This record gives sequence, structure tokens and C-alpha cells, in this order.
Amino acid sequence: MYAFDYHRPTSLRQAAAMLQKTEDAMIVAGGHTLLPTMKQRLAQPSALIDLGGLSELRGIEKKGRAVVIGAMATHADVAASDVVREAIPALAELAVTIGDPAVRHRGTIGGSVANNDPAADYPAACLGLGATIITNRRKIVAEEFFQGMFDTALDEGEIITKVSFPIPAKAAYAKFRNPASRYALVGVFVMKRGSEIRVAVIGAGSSGVYRWSEAEAALAKRFSPKSLDGMSASADDMNSDIHADSEYRAHLVGVMARRAVQAAVAR
Amino acid sequence: MASVTMTVNGKSVSADVDPRTLLVQFLREHLRLTGTHVGCDTSQCGACVVHVDGKAVKACTTLAVQAEGCDILTIEGLANGSELHPMQAAFREHHGLQCGYCTPGMIMTAVDMVNRLGHDIDEATIRHELEGNICRCTGYHNIVLAVEAGAKAMGGAGMREAAE
Repeated sequence: MYAFDYHRPTSLRQAAAMLQKTEDAMIVAGGHTLLPTMKQRLAQPSALIDLGGLSELRGIEKKGRAVVIGAMATHADVAASDVVREAIPALAELAVTIGDPAVRHRGTIGGSVANNDPAADYPAACLGLGATIITNRRKIVAEEFFQGMFDTALDEGEIITKVSFPIPAKAAYAKFRNPASRYALVGVFVMKRGSEIRVAVIGAGSSGVYRWSEAEAALAKRFSPKSLDGMSASADDMNSDIHADSEYRAHLVGVMARRAVQAAVAR
Repeated sequence: MASVTMTVNGKSVSADVDPRTLLVQFLREHLRLTGTHVGCDTSQCGACVVHVDGKAVKACTTLAVQAEGCDILTIEGLANGSELHPMQAAFREHHGLQCGYCTPGMIMTAVDMVNRLGHDIDEATIRHELEGNICRCTGYHNIVLAVEAGAKAMGGAGMREAAE
């Protein structure tokens, strides 16, 4: 790692002020992406501003018809939360598939969302559930927040404080893990809320998470895995690498979507 | 330099460290607690697992300064004097190790597993929960037996963690 200064603010306001006035400073939440990146010298922040002391960012609560999760809630917090398990079991089930138990004790939802890794799980849940990302300055809907691989709508100095997930009628997440890294080779989050259907795909698209509109249209007629029979995504804009070529990923999108719908219907 | 204060195995420690210092480096090089190992240094192998505020964490992917004010338990803090913790005793009894390199992390993960899931955990659960701990000797068979027995023994002893 390159050298850096370390700050541990005691309030969100203080964190924002530090981030604003320190050139090339970065926020660290759980650090489970940032620290490995820094170890490889692929990131060189002048300072780390640690949100670890801000307990105000850790809460999970049901607010009206939404579940609001603090940015510093860990994957283990989300997986074990009675509020999440009752209102959006698909989200708790997604959280428990991230990394391993020790990683889940440190990694946070805010960090995962801010990083927008094209193989992470939370972006699929955010887009699939129509979440709103709440920062210290504004509210951003998922469609506008995720702007491509590792790219988000966050401005300089902006800090995610919460993510608000509207409660669905039915939802489920299915992913095909890379057997070595355990990251999502392809993950599909499906959701039904009244007449609204969403199918969000992660791991596959070359621009990160996206909605598979053809599948949404098919499921709008009937929310059943049968509606997706024979459908696979187009391989045109799919990632292609040593782990899976674009055609295989396109095929997996169809398979994972059917599995997710099956699980959602069975709930 | 940054100052950090934490409790390690029941003792309060304070130090000035380079902010880059990893928790595992701090434990091994500053405190000379070399039971916690560095295997992959990429948060995959689990040789560096310690408990931070009662939860298993990979100390190679945590900065020492991030543990400010935390309660740390390492493998050295598990035994009660000369009496092994039931999970340690189970690893010895079932020969849950070959070269021993992964063992401290395996045991800390196993104790965390029991703290979260209880004393009656089946083989499938144990294998799944050990996802983040790699044994390069591939000695998983006896490790799983040891965790299962250790979990039961922890229940019998009516204890959660010896250091508490």
C-alpha cells in the first residue's frame, strides 16, 4: 500500500467536511474492496476517512412500505435482520451469499453499492427492487445511480447514508457463482409488485447491472418461469473473459432468470 | 502515524502505528502474537481470522486503526491458562490439522460458527461455513469432524468463549 493519512470522523457532517477539504481522500466502510485494491497499488488515496465510528449509519428499519438500510450495515447484519427477512426475504438471502462469513462481518451495503462492481450482488437487488440510494445531499433512484462498470452518479464529496428498498409482493435472486472467486458470473434478481415487474441482471452485461426488458414484458403476461421458456439474453453486450464467454453468459441469464422466478413464485 | 487503542485477549493495548498497518501485522509484529497467520493476504484463505467485537474477521483485510476501541480475541486468548478451549481440544483429539498453518484461523472461524449457529451443527453446515478458510493440505475431513465435536463440547461446557 502507498502511505495515506487516516481520519475517523464522529459524525456524518464531519466526514463530509473532511472528504470535501482533503484532495484525493476516499471513504472507507468495510474496506473489503478498497483495501485489497490499495494493497495492489491500484488505488492511492491521500487519506482514508473511516465511517466505522458512525453508528448512525448502521440501522435497519421498516419505514412505511419500504425497508431502509443504513450504509454501514454489514452483509451479516442484513442477512440476520428480522425486518429484512420478514419484509424482503430475497434480500436477506442475497446477503448471505456474498463472500464468506468473515467477509460478511465487515463488508457493507453502502460500500458495495458505491463500488458498483459488475459482479457484485447488491446492484442487482437495488435495480431489481427499484431502490432509492440516499446520500448526505439527495436521493437517487437506482436507474440513475448505476451508470456503468464501477461508475455511479455519486459526486465528489458525496456519501451514501442509506438505501431504501420498496417492499415487493414477490422477489428472488438466483446467481451462478464463479467456482473459484465465488463472485456472480451471472446473477438475476426478479421482483413483482402489483403490475410492476423487474428483472435485473448483474455479472453479465458489459455496462454493469441492467434490466432485461424482454423478460419483464414476458413475465408481465404471466409471472411464471414458463413465460421465459426458450428465452436467452442477447450475447451482443455481454462480458466475455476466461471465466465465461458472452454466449455462455447470455445463456446463463435465461437460466438464472427462470430459477429466480421459480423461487419467487414458490414463496 | 496514528494512535490506536484496543483490547487484545483481555488486555488494553495502545500504540502509534503507520495507518497502513494491517490488523494482522499489528498483532504479529507489534504485539508478537504470531498465532494469527498470514496465508494469502487477499481475504480468501482465512489463516488470519480473529474475532473483532465477537465476530470472525479477516485480519489481513482490516487496518489496525479500524479496530480502534474494539475487543480483539486471537487464538492465544482462547485457552484458559493451560486448559485448552473445547474447540482446540477437539482439533487435537480428531487430528484436525496436518501442517497446522490454517489451524488458528479454522479454530477461530469454528468458534464464531458455534457462537452464531449453536452447538448442534451438521456436516453440511460446517462445510458451508468453512467456505472462507482454506487448508492447502486439504485435510478437511478431520477438520469437519473436529468442528462438529468441538461445537458439542462447547455446549457441554456451557461456555461461549474462554476469554470472556
